[in-house]
Amino acid sequence: MPLVMQKHEMPEQDANVRRNNFDEVALGYTEELALAEANRCLHCKVPHCRKGCPVDIDIPAFIAKIKEGDFEGANAKIKEASSLPAICGRVCPQENQCEKYCVMGIKGEPVGIGRLERFVADYCMQNCEEKIEKTVKDDAQKVAIIGSGPAGLACAGDLAKKGYQVTIFEALHTAGGVLSYGIPEFRLPKDKVVKPEIDNLRKMGVKIEVNSVVGKLFTVDELMQEFNFDAVFIATGAGLPHFMNIPGENLNGVYSSNEFLTRCNLMKAYRFPEYATPINVGKKVAVVGGGNVAMDSARTALRLGAEKVYIVYRRSEKELPARREEVEHAKQEGIEFKLLNNPVAILGDEKGYVKAIRCIKMELGEPDASGRRRPVEIPNSEFDIDVDTVVIAIGQGPNPLIQSTTPDMQTNKRGNIIADEETGKTTKEGVFAGGDIVTGAATVILAMGAGKKAAKAIDEYLIEKRNK
Amino acid sequence: MFKILNKKVLHENILQFTLEAPLIARKAEPGQFVVLRVNEYGERVPLTIADFDREKGTIDIIFMVIGASTTVLASLNAGDSILDLVGPLGKKTDIRPDMGTVVCIGGGIGVAPIYPIARKMKQVGNHVITIMGAKNKDILILKDEMEKISDEVIVTTDDGSYGIKGFVTTVLQQLIDKGIDIAEVVAIGPVIMMKTVADTTRPYNIKTIVSLNPIMVDGTGMCGGCRVQVGDETKFACVDGPEFDGHLVDFVNLMERQRMYRPKEEIEKDHICRLAKKVEEMEEK
Repeated sequence: MPLVMQKHEMPEQDANVRRNNFDEVALGYTEELALAEANRCLHCKVPHCRKGCPVDIDIPAFIAKIKEGDFEGANAKIKEASSLPAICGRVCPQENQCEKYCVMGIKGEPVGIGRLERFVADYCMQNCEEKIEKTVKDDAQKVAIIGSGPAGLACAGDLAKKGYQVTIFEALHTAGGVLSYGIPEFRLPKDKVVKPEIDNLRKMGVKIEVNSVVGKLFTVDELMQEFNFDAVFIATGAGLPHFMNIPGENLNGVYSSNEFLTRCNLMKAYRFPEYATPINVGKKVAVVGGGNVAMDSARTALRLGAEKVYIVYRRSEKELPARREEVEHAKQEGIEFKLLNNPVAILGDEKGYVKAIRCIKMELGEPDASGRRRPVEIPNSEFDIDVDTVVIAIGQGPNPLIQSTTPDMQTNKRGNIIADEETGKTTKEGVFAGGDIVTGAATVILAMGAGKKAAKAIDEYLIEKRNK
Repeated sequence: MFKILNKKVLHENILQFTLEAPLIARKAEPGQFVVLRVNEYGERVPLTIADFDREKGTIDIIFMVIGASTTVLASLNAGDSILDLVGPLGKKTDIRPDMGTVVCIGGGIGVAPIYPIARKMKQVGNHVITIMGAKNKDILILKDEMEKISDEVIVTTDDGSYGIKGFVTTVLQQLIDKGIDIAEVVAIGPVIMMKTVADTTRPYNIKTIVSLNPIMVDGTGMCGGCRVQVGDETKFACVDGPEFDGHLVDFVNLMERQRMYRPKEEIEKDHICRLAKKVEEMEEK
């Protein structure tokens, strides 16, 4: 059988249709497509793909099961390493992870590992009666997990499997962190994917306390001393929006991407007034930034009825930090890229509403310490773009609440918690941390990887503690 | 779910709820607030904690029916529950013993959040003068309660239907003119009232604290929807406040930002009315 050098295309909604709805863009493989794609895997003796996966899924093994038509078996194989495959199959940047190392990628396109993972997880959610057993033991040691995003969920899943009593404390009213408030429905459906995966954790016996702001309702010390938790894992993410500190940022119509996406995803403002939370999107929208969050915000604005949406980014297309696929999707939907432009001010009308964004043109200078070419302003090149909404998506920092109420735990100068990369150990006894709160804003799967590593270290710590 | 233990009508559209929330009551301090969501379709609404009882495990909220969300909230009764309640949020009021004479000013519904502040100011040994302002005597709330915990209470009404005719600033100016040594003013009420209080005290350099009420979503510092201009800095009212130095706040920007969703709020009210009508029709059938 000749080798198929190209990935099998995944069916997706037509760009002209999908830009008007919040339904998922990528429709997923059919059984036939999944089998065909699985057959592209060569089952290398040394499977390099595995070293690209932050949670070390046995990729060849689960693909082998797909080839046999045993989708349930494939799912079980993935679940040995990852508790959230339907999510990771969708949002991992596979081109920088597993698929980057696939041998097929040298001469052609790598095997669509992410698409296959997604297929298997979706297939099982729809067709299999997955029996989740309660694994938590009522007399086991207690672990508190702060934050229910990818790092917290992954850590909770692994600790529950080992029998520990796990309680997740979540500040918002819905669990999931960025999976619930950040990534939009059209990339990651909430009721179909996020909720069932979190419910599976509950079935294992994990308790999830929503509306619980640690640092306000109780401190880390109180959790350990008064509520008798034996260990704490902090996974509060990077949820503090950065603004640009340019004039006009407090005008009406200027949103942080966090606010914009939270209103839409978590509060369902796109279904206003059925849902009570409003959102203001004008006819012309500028989104500042070039990462996935910027793409999500721009594509959300379009779906909320904007006629023209611009991405304003200070570097060139090559440096866009967003996933290639997201950039392509955004372009197909008609989003215009204003590259090598940096906002210097937001202009308002007499009533305090945005009417334009003033940008300056940039050119790329010498590479900086990170290896990226530094953008430099071209003098006297300012120009205005007429817009009535601006979304700032230039990144997020760590929320300081927990750190400021836990004085004996060290943080770095950016406010991130200092923790050991392999174990998540912080400078405070019994307290571990992982995900974006340690690394700064990164990816879902890296956060999950950190959660799993911490679970392993917490297990070792607790074994030692009970044997003392 | 958080149970409503008691519902008290203070005025036809001002209500007081006592909510069962032992964990929040355990930690609540004067000046802090909660964010609540009535039901699955609800928005997140910030409300100041008007009172708390650590032993009973309860907190009180007082609110005026002004829009769709407060209309839905007001339709609930004792025994009903609200879906989500998160808190205590924001910084607590800076209350120290032996500050001297403190003037606590509550305008309209702002009397509710000023109550626990005035009470603690008094408890720790300060001399508390309370100024309460209302449009007319019918919507004067918590007068008896304020009298119990203040050294002196002065009431003003815009129309003169009770107490002194005029605004809270009329009385404040009189106190200043009398030469009373005021250590600090804490003012909570409509933005325009807090602005005029700050304008009144500014020439005398009297420390003036105001509690801001911008639009909020999460209330935990993750979105910046509540950002306010204080001096030359942008602050998030939910985590850096809600109390700030009144002499530094950009009240005009705050008022503009509060109006941001006005047209949408009208649509929403209309939506709620139509829903209520539908329910009535169904009940008639």
